[in-house]
This record gives sequence, structure tokens and C-alpha cells, in this order.
Amino acid sequence: MSDMEKRDEHVFRLTRRKALKGLALGIGTMVLPAKDASASVWESFFQKNFRELGKSERRVILERLEKEYSARYKKPVRVKDTGPIEGVLYGYGLDLSRCIGCRRCVYGCVTENNQSRDPQIHWIKVLRLAKERGVDLEHSEQYYNPATVPEEGHFYMPVQCHQCENPPCTKVCPVQATWKEIDGIVVVDYNWCIGCRYCMAACPYGARHFNWKKPGLPAGEMNPETHYLGNRPRPVGVVEKCTFCMQRTREPDGMYPACLEVCPVGARKFGNLLDPTSEIRNVIENKRVFILKEDLNTQPKFYYFYSV
Amino acid sequence: MQKVWAFVRGCFLLLRKGSRLYYTWLSALLVLIAIGVFAYVNQLYSGLIVTAMRDQVSWGFYISNFTFTVGVAAAAVLLVIPAYVYQWKPIKEIAILGELVAVSAIVMCLLFVTVDLGRPDRFWHLIPKIGILNFPKSLLAWDVVVLNTYLVLNFAIASYMLYSYYYQREPNMKYVFPILLFSIPAAISIHTVTAFLFNGLAARPFWNASILAPRFLASAFCSGPAGMILMFQVVRKWTNFDIKDKAIFKIAELIAYAMFINLFLLGAELFKEYYSDTVHLAPVKYLYQGLDGHSALVSYIWTATIFNLTAFFLFLIPQTRENYVTLNIGCVLIFIGVYIEKGMGLVIPGFVPDVLGDFYEYAPTGTEMLVTLGIWATGLLVFTLLLRIAVPIMNGDFHVSDDGVNPHIGDQLFLVRRRDVVPEEDLDSP
Repeated sequence: MSDMEKRDEHVFRLTRRKALKGLALGIGTMVLPAKDASASVWESFFQKNFRELGKSERRVILERLEKEYSARYKKPVRVKDTGPIEGVLYGYGLDLSRCIGCRRCVYGCVTENNQSRDPQIHWIKVLRLAKERGVDLEHSEQYYNPATVPEEGHFYMPVQCHQCENPPCTKVCPVQATWKEIDGIVVVDYNWCIGCRYCMAACPYGARHFNWKKPGLPAGEMNPETHYLGNRPRPVGVVEKCTFCMQRTREPDGMYPACLEVCPVGARKFGNLLDPTSEIRNVIENKRVFILKEDLNTQPKFYYFYSV
Repeated sequence: MQKVWAFVRGCFLLLRKGSRLYYTWLSALLVLIAIGVFAYVNQLYSGLIVTAMRDQVSWGFYISNFTFTVGVAAAAVLLVIPAYVYQWKPIKEIAILGELVAVSAIVMCLLFVTVDLGRPDRFWHLIPKIGILNFPKSLLAWDVVVLNTYLVLNFAIASYMLYSYYYQREPNMKYVFPILLFSIPAAISIHTVTAFLFNGLAARPFWNASILAPRFLASAFCSGPAGMILMFQVVRKWTNFDIKDKAIFKIAELIAYAMFINLFLLGAELFKEYYSDTVHLAPVKYLYQGLDGHSALVSYIWTATIFNLTAFFLFLIPQTRENYVTLNIGCVLIFIGVYIEKGMGLVIPGFVPDVLGDFYEYAPTGTEMLVTLGIWATGLLVFTLLLRIAVPIMNGDFHVSDDGVNPHIGDQLFLVRRRDVVPEEDLDSP
């Protein structure tokens, strides 16, 4: 068993003992696992919120995580903490007249971002809608399963985190485990989240997902290029979400998000909203654009449009 | 300080004394608690996957119970106001019991939130300074603050009063009264904040109605006191504590008013949803009629509605209100009715259909029910132990002895048939 698994187990054994021996003995039992646990259990237990950490403290944590993940997934794993790029505000465009509902984006995202395979966690949901009804979420279908797509009379609407400018999810978090970075990406500190799921109740786009059990991520399928706030393996009992693939998009050579790269029809557009020459700006300025649930004042940076 | 210590020691001595029935009752509760702990340990090992909650319905039975028990706690104010503000004697004698109900209910609230956490080992992240409490932005942070404040207030008031009676002197109302007055808005605030917790989410139209907080309060002032009326009868039947009929009937009358407001507000909300017939109607339709073949909650809510309506008329008519058979039926109906309405009938339809129109029909699993049972048993255990101390103090069976140090314990048995069955003299011999 790797360090990480051991750590998770120790955390729970501690809680279990606490439960068994009662709250009165709680403090006493805190000491118990110390004799059989590695130091990293305690380092991780007492770790501060990511935003409160200094540069050197972050370095120590990233190294600890890299060591743990590398041992657990039996390959060298990198954990970055690349910050936002100055002068960049990310925006995403989705062309509803092109999307064929193939859901390659869904699985491209899973592969890139190390989501749990068992149970399956999908950061992107593709809704099948009837053309005659238009964008009517109440009559949408997520579990369609035809032999071929697209189907007659239907169009498809992928929904993922809209990286709201005014995110209702970060406001409600009781411990500030989730926040919006200056490049507009809403992130979660998986080591600080207490798993209350208030953010999930607050999100109007169903973009937040909870690890109801320990994520099933086979070592062979694990993507070793990770970001602390993005696609690194998540522990049980915390909330996770789309980060516009920050481990790719925040790099100086600026890769596209995985969902965009994998889209066979070019329905997805991505870029810097502050750059007047960017593709996303072109979409916003020249296409018929709408945002989802505009009345809620969340001000998404995820724009749906019709190119034809 | 020494006197406080002597009092605490006396209380522990007292807790150990009791009749066979007292011990049987405690053991039964402990068994239920053990079952709950066992279920919870299993949940800790496996993750919240053992509950029926999923991404679509991310809060379930635990938060439903939390919402209901906050209401029960807030209801203590319905005794505090007539007792201390209006100095109405029959209720003043029992107001302390209301405060003890509040203490036990808050303990349950805190437990319900704790078992709902994905990472209970990180609860310390909520403690200001050590962790980060996102106050004042997060309503959950507000809830942490007001619930704990209310717990401390009620515990402080009740224990100070009992401490004073134990040393056979009148509590100094100069100190108590301001705290008592403060406990009134605190009671209102715990339920208001809990309502706002749901209310503030624009993503969930079912909760996003400004009428929600008043509805919460109105229903709390039905369910809490209904539970108390039942509990008062048990207390006066099985212990030596005297509770007047007049007090019970007055509380029943207050429930009638509260239930009227509750039903009126519910009607106002249903009118708005159905007559305007917007997209917001979906959760209400799902709750009351079923929607697109999904109807898991329909039988729940109609049971609750019928119970509440029946109870309202039972409490409205003085003849049925002052007849113990119909009164008790009414209390049971209200308690169950509001339990459903504020629990499954409020939390779940907020999530169904979900924000993208998906239907996930939630029904609690065995684990959720066992953990919940364990928490209710814990609440009852806390309440029983508090009563074990309060009842003998209030009727003069437990006080400091003549030497001024050791406790005098007159009531050795606690749970027994009341005076007219067992003569008082017998109670002094163990």
C-alpha cells in the first residue's frame, strides 16, 4: 500500500477510534496513530489553506504529494502550482450548431483530469434537447444512448463549470476552500475542503462533483502531469470541478483544454478574453451568443453560440 | 468556584441514582446510540456512498433532520416569552424545561451536520484562527455562530438557575434577565439563518422564496411545542414534577395560531407558484403531484398536509384542545407533519429536478436511518440526563445539605409513577 492510501486510512482509523472510544477520549486518541503513522499523515492533517502558504511551504507540500502519488501510481508524477498568467482572463465558447453530442469531450476530460472511473465522475454533462423546445433544461436528457449521433430532431448542449465572474459556489463555502483565481478559474483546495457540499447546492450548472467514495483511478490510466488546484488525484469526501485544464492552459506555451482538443467537429473555442485578437473575442463579437441562466447574475465565462 | 465544583459533583452523584425504569431507559438509548455509531463508522470507512445522496441530491436525510431539530430548538422561545416577559406563572415553572429541550436539540443539530460532512476529520477548519470561518459571507458560517451562541445561552441560563435553586436561593434576575431577553432574538435567528442557508441560493428556485424564513419560524412554533406538550405529560406522569393543565392548554392555543400562520404562508407560496405557472413550478409539482412519472415525495407531503390540517382544527377548537386524547393526537400529528414538511418536503424538492433537469429520486438508506436514529437517541439521552438533574432541583428533592457542602438527594428513583401512585415517603428510601 502506498503512502497516500495509508494516509487516507490512518485519517479514518483515527476518526473511527474517536467514534468508538467516545468524544471524551478524543484528545487522547489523537496521539494513538502517531506511533504507526508516517510523518506525512500529520503534515497533511495540519496543512494550512493553500492560499495561506508561502512559496517554500508550498514547495514542501508539492514534493510530499509528488512522492506520495509517484509511489501510489508507480510512475513519476509531477504536481505543479503554476499561478495565473498576468493579463489573461479565460473564456470558453461552445458552438451549439456544430456539437453532435458524441461525448468525446466528456471522456477526454476524464482521461486528462484523473476523475474517478469507479464510480464514474464526469465534469462535463452533455444534454440532449429537442429542437422544437429549444434550450429547455427541464426536458433535457443526459442518458441518451443511440447507435449514431446526431439524432434527428435533437441538438446537444455540453455543460461544465462556467467559471462564473460572480460565482455563487465560492461565496457559500464555510471554510474558503474554494475561490476564484485572477485568471477567472474557480478552484478547490482538495486538502482544505470539509465536504459539506454547500457549493453543490449553490451551483446553478451542476458543475461540482463530490467523491462519495474513494476515487477509483487505475494506476495505468493516471495522468502524471498534474496541478495542485487542478487534476491531481483527489481524496475521498471532497468536491471537485472543471478548471479549464489549468495544468495545460496556464503553461507559457498555452495548450488548449483537453475537451477542446478532442472535439471532432471543432465546436469548442477557448482563449483570452482580454486579448482583442483572440478567437473567443471573435466569437463574442461576431456570433449569436448567449449564456446559460443569465437571470441569476452569475456572469459565466462560458459562452454558447450558433455559428450557422 | 468550590461551590460550582460541589454542584457538579452532586450532579454526577445524582445521575448515577435512579429506578430500574431509569436504567432500562438509559440502556435502551445507549443501545440505539451504539447502533448509530456502528452505522456511522461504516460510513466513515466507505465514504458517503453508503447514503442515498448523489451529485443531483447532495443533501438528504441528515440535513432534513438538522432543519427540523433547529426548529425544535428555536421553539423554546415560545415558553421563554410568556414566562419571563409576561411573567405568566404556570409557564414560568416549566420554562427551564424548554431551555433544556433547546440544549438537547442543538446537540442533535450539531451532530446531524457533523455526520453529513465528507471530511469530519477536518472539522477544525471551521474554527476561527486555527482554521478559517468564512464569516460573514457564508451562511453556513453564520449557522455555526448562531447555533453555538444559542447553545451556550440556553446552557448558561438553565445551569445558572439550577445552580441557584440547588443552593436554595433565588437566581439574581439582574444577570439572568438580559441573557434571557437576548435568547429570544437568538432563537429567532437560529431558524432564520437556517432558512437563509437554503433561501440564498438562486440556483434552487424551490428555496429561493422570501417567505421561507417566516414559514420556518411558523412551523417551528408548531412542532417544538407539540413535542414539549407530549414530553410534559410524560414528565409529570413519571416523575415528581408538577406541570399545570393551564400551562399545557395555553401552549396548545399558541400552537393553533402558529399553525394558522404556517398554513397561510404555505397557501401563499402555492398560489404564487401555481398561478404564475413559470419554470419555477417544477419542484412544487414534483412534490405535490409528481412530475413526468416521478412521484417519490407525493405521499410524504400529502400525509404531512393532512396531518397539519387535522391538527390545526383539533387545536383551534377549545373542546378538543383541552381534551387530552384529542390534544395528544394533535401533538403527534403536528410533530410528524412538520417533520416531513421541513425535512423530506423541503430539502429534497429543492434538488429535484436538479439544475440541469435531471431526476434523481432520493430515499434514505438504512445507514442514514440508523445514524439518524442514533442521533435522536443521543438527543433523548442528553435530555434525560438534564431532566434527571433539573426535576429534583425544581421540586426540592436535590439541594445542598445543611452542612453547606455535600448534596442532599431526596429523589433516589427519578422515573417512577407519580405521587398519587407511590407515596412520597417511600421515595426517600432507596
